[in-house]
Amino acid sequence: MFAEFLQFLLSGITIGAIYALAGLGFSIIYNSSHVINFAQGEFIMVGAMSTVALVGTGVPLPVAILIAIVATMLVGLALEKFAIEPARNADVVTLIIITIGASIFLRGVAQVLWGKDFHSLRAFTGDTPINIMGATIVPQSLWVLGVTMVVIIALGWFFSRTLAGKAMLATSYNRLAAQLCGIAVKRVLMLSFGLSAMLGAIGGIVVTPITFTSYEAGIMLGLKGFTAAVLGGLGNGAGAVVGGLIVGVAEAMGAGYISSAYKDAIAFVIILFVLFFMPSGLFGKRATDRV
Amino acid sequence: MKMMLKGGAVAGVALAAGLAVGVAQAADPIKIGATLSVTGGASFLGDPEKKTLEMYVDAINKDGGVLGRKIELIVYDDAGAPDKATSNVKRLLQNDSVDIIVGGSTTATTMAAVPLVEKAEVPFISLAGAVVIIEPVKKWVFKTPHTDRMAAEKVFADMKKRGITKIGLISEDAGFGKSGHDESLKVAPNYGIQIVADETYSPKDPDVTAQLTKIKNAPGVQAVFNFGFGQGPAVVTKNYRQLGITVPLYQSHGVASKSFIQLAGESAEGVRLPAAGLVVADQLPANDPQKAVVTSFNKEYKAKWGSDPSTFAGHAYDGLQIALAAIQRAGSSDKAKVRDEIEKTSGYVGTGGMVSMSPTDHMGLSLQAFHMVEIRKGDWVLID
Amino acid sequence: MQRNRYIGLAVLAIVIALLPLAFSNNYHYDIAILAGFNAIVCVGLNLLVGYAGQISLGHAGFFALGAYASGILTTRYGVPPLLALLSGAVFVGFLAFVLARPILRLKGHYLAMATLGIGIIISIVLNTESWITGGPDGLMTDAFSVAGVALTTEKTWYWVVGGLLLFAVWLALNIIDSPIGRALRALHGSEVGAQVVGVDTTQYKVLVFVISAVFASVVGSLFAHYVGLMTPTSAGFMKSVELVAMVVFGGMASTYGAVVGAAILTSLPQFLATLHDYEAVVLGAVLMGTMIFMPRGLLPTMVRLIRRWGQ
Repeated sequence: MFAEFLQFLLSGITIGAIYALAGLGFSIIYNSSHVINFAQGEFIMVGAMSTVALVGTGVPLPVAILIAIVATMLVGLALEKFAIEPARNADVVTLIIITIGASIFLRGVAQVLWGKDFHSLRAFTGDTPINIMGATIVPQSLWVLGVTMVVIIALGWFFSRTLAGKAMLATSYNRLAAQLCGIAVKRVLMLSFGLSAMLGAIGGIVVTPITFTSYEAGIMLGLKGFTAAVLGGLGNGAGAVVGGLIVGVAEAMGAGYISSAYKDAIAFVIILFVLFFMPSGLFGKRATDRV
Repeated sequence: MKMMLKGGAVAGVALAAGLAVGVAQAADPIKIGATLSVTGGASFLGDPEKKTLEMYVDAINKDGGVLGRKIELIVYDDAGAPDKATSNVKRLLQNDSVDIIVGGSTTATTMAAVPLVEKAEVPFISLAGAVVIIEPVKKWVFKTPHTDRMAAEKVFADMKKRGITKIGLISEDAGFGKSGHDESLKVAPNYGIQIVADETYSPKDPDVTAQLTKIKNAPGVQAVFNFGFGQGPAVVTKNYRQLGITVPLYQSHGVASKSFIQLAGESAEGVRLPAAGLVVADQLPANDPQKAVVTSFNKEYKAKWGSDPSTFAGHAYDGLQIALAAIQRAGSSDKAKVRDEIEKTSGYVGTGGMVSMSPTDHMGLSLQAFHMVEIRKGDWVLID
Repeated sequence: MQRNRYIGLAVLAIVIALLPLAFSNNYHYDIAILAGFNAIVCVGLNLLVGYAGQISLGHAGFFALGAYASGILTTRYGVPPLLALLSGAVFVGFLAFVLARPILRLKGHYLAMATLGIGIIISIVLNTESWITGGPDGLMTDAFSVAGVALTTEKTWYWVVGGLLLFAVWLALNIIDSPIGRALRALHGSEVGAQVVGVDTTQYKVLVFVISAVFASVVGSLFAHYVGLMTPTSAGFMKSVELVAMVVFGGMASTYGAVVGAAILTSLPQFLATLHDYEAVVLGAVLMGTMIFMPRGLLPTMVRLIRRWGQ
């Protein structure tokens, strides 16, 4: 009984960690621009697919990963520069549609470049399962969890200790005031897209040995990432991580104890329930409207 | 609306121009239409199918076509969405006036097209699996792949041989897996097999360990059967090994492509599945009638596209060959005559097996057409 | 305003009447009918998104519920199509009413999330409960008929849908010009401001949410009968996004814009189908480009350009 529970929990946390990384990407962009970037899932896909493509041409894995992360960041920067910035004063819904257009575009390009097949990467450190009190976990899951943790710690350090990070935080609190203090808001925007793209790429790469990837892999992960970010409270990094873990664990427990057909619905029911009582998510700032 | 108007007008002019050209030419091309799931969740079906059709239509046109007429292939992508398939088929029937339709990569897109082709009285050869396509028999509808019921029967027969009576079933909750699941439940008792655990997953689930844990803990499970296609079965296979489940794992014919082995990697070792002779072409005995056909198809496809063809590519090959042979025999592209000739297809040896259709059997394959294969050292090994 | 409205309606009527002159076969009618269906949903959705400023990423769910209500009631229980359509609309209206209060308390992206969740839950239920919905393979539906007269040919459907579209636009314009519409606009400008001057914002938001859901449900019912096949994908996230994209593309807070957006985004993929692998690239680029360079949407930008050119 306990082994079963532990198995569900471990599976849920592994998947939840991926959702958390995707959710963090949403949060960072939201913080600096109040844009919900529906192309976040495509960052995940681009990172994974370009790594697969590079490895396929014989590039060693670590080098391929580095190039892929840089390439994805460039995609993120280009998205900000050519699609978001020119439309900065547009309505929220308009911006959503722009990012949705971008996601369709990126999927289309990926499909032309890399075809429609599913791809996998070799697990970083083998496939021998690790037994933990009757439950099992693949070594790659530890990579996912470890990398997620490192990323979260690094982000925490970045936002609290570096000038650039502080500038980003300041911009998210009050854009005008930040501008008055001499923060180059435009550069903060660029930075946030680059950072989110990097997070997406890292998440996509570490998880590919477990879940595989294809040009459409970003749709589902993006959706779950958005869910995680909203559940935790938009703009709250820690919230996104908690949100991702809750969604992941809820799905695994739902599939294990209730019904595998309804596991996705269970996650969404939880979110609706949370939102009914906490309209700004678990850790979101209470929104105040200016008149 | 204005855009529509303009588009409509352009299309109208184009059509008129097309007609004028048509009259000027001595012989109109034979038009083969196709709606395939080239993108979307079922793209690993539709993509090789499209490649196969294009490649052979080109080759045949270079050799002068059929009945002295060129073949024109019109393919539209339905992304696996039945409502898109409906609108594609309407377009093929009414705008492109095709002589015959090949395709419908999935059961859902095929069934969406069925009422339209029946009404328009155009022969239709589906490339999808489920038994509902040909049962009950529909006058204008045929199919080339083996049915999901046959796959279940083949698997259960193999289990019976190994003395397995209690199994866990895990299936995808979308079209192919759901239909396969239902057929499996139906035929299992015929082989004395009892399904003691019955789980599902969504096509894009990154993890199914929760479902597999339940199956693992179900009392008396002697084997597990997975019905699904795409990345799902690869995830199932990987998680299966991760959980250290030791009883045999069976997959359906939905994974009979090399990409499954590539995705699942070493986890795929020992997995058994029913598949067409195509995947084990070189292991077929020399006297097997299929040997020559599948060997040359394999070679031609690989030469053109650089990868081994999946059995799905083979379904499209068979569909095209059956259609063209029927047109040849009918001596024209007259729809009613072609339909009658397709129904009379007899002893055609294709990638799926020997096809002999009849008014009551619009698929024409028998269980013999299926081979049981096991994955060993990253390759298919014929085991019966 | 009043005069403008009738000119607009007249232009729309003339376009609908003349459009068939450009059609050479039933396929063209088919595209126009699908565009018409989407246009009606978008006219309703525009009230919510464009005027009340409340985003919904779940309207495909209401569309699908209407469709399945019609499909299930007519094929499994022999209910006459019109009655089934009305039952579906009442059911969806009631559901929307119940959901509206808790949901519409949410703002912006939280509202987007909640509506998205509702849409996905609906599509999962439709996908799973196959004993009644037919599951992922869908549900076959018979032709629509009223008093023994069946709607079968594309031509008759075209005129029915055209008529309904005119009616929907007329209805929407009336709502916009009524006190409800004024309250909604106030709400869009500043919700707190509207509350301060005594507008019961919640009540109006609920009302317009229900209206837009019923629009979607009725069209869903007709769609089910027209296509003859319903699948859970029509309740999916992508379909909801498509509907919102049509509204925004054509021009938010512009009823005719919603019609134009629906017409273009329905027919565009048909033109692009011949591009095969490049279809998604071009579609994405068009969507992005239009929204970047015309953030107010196509129709309002065009109208402004024409006005400026006229001066």
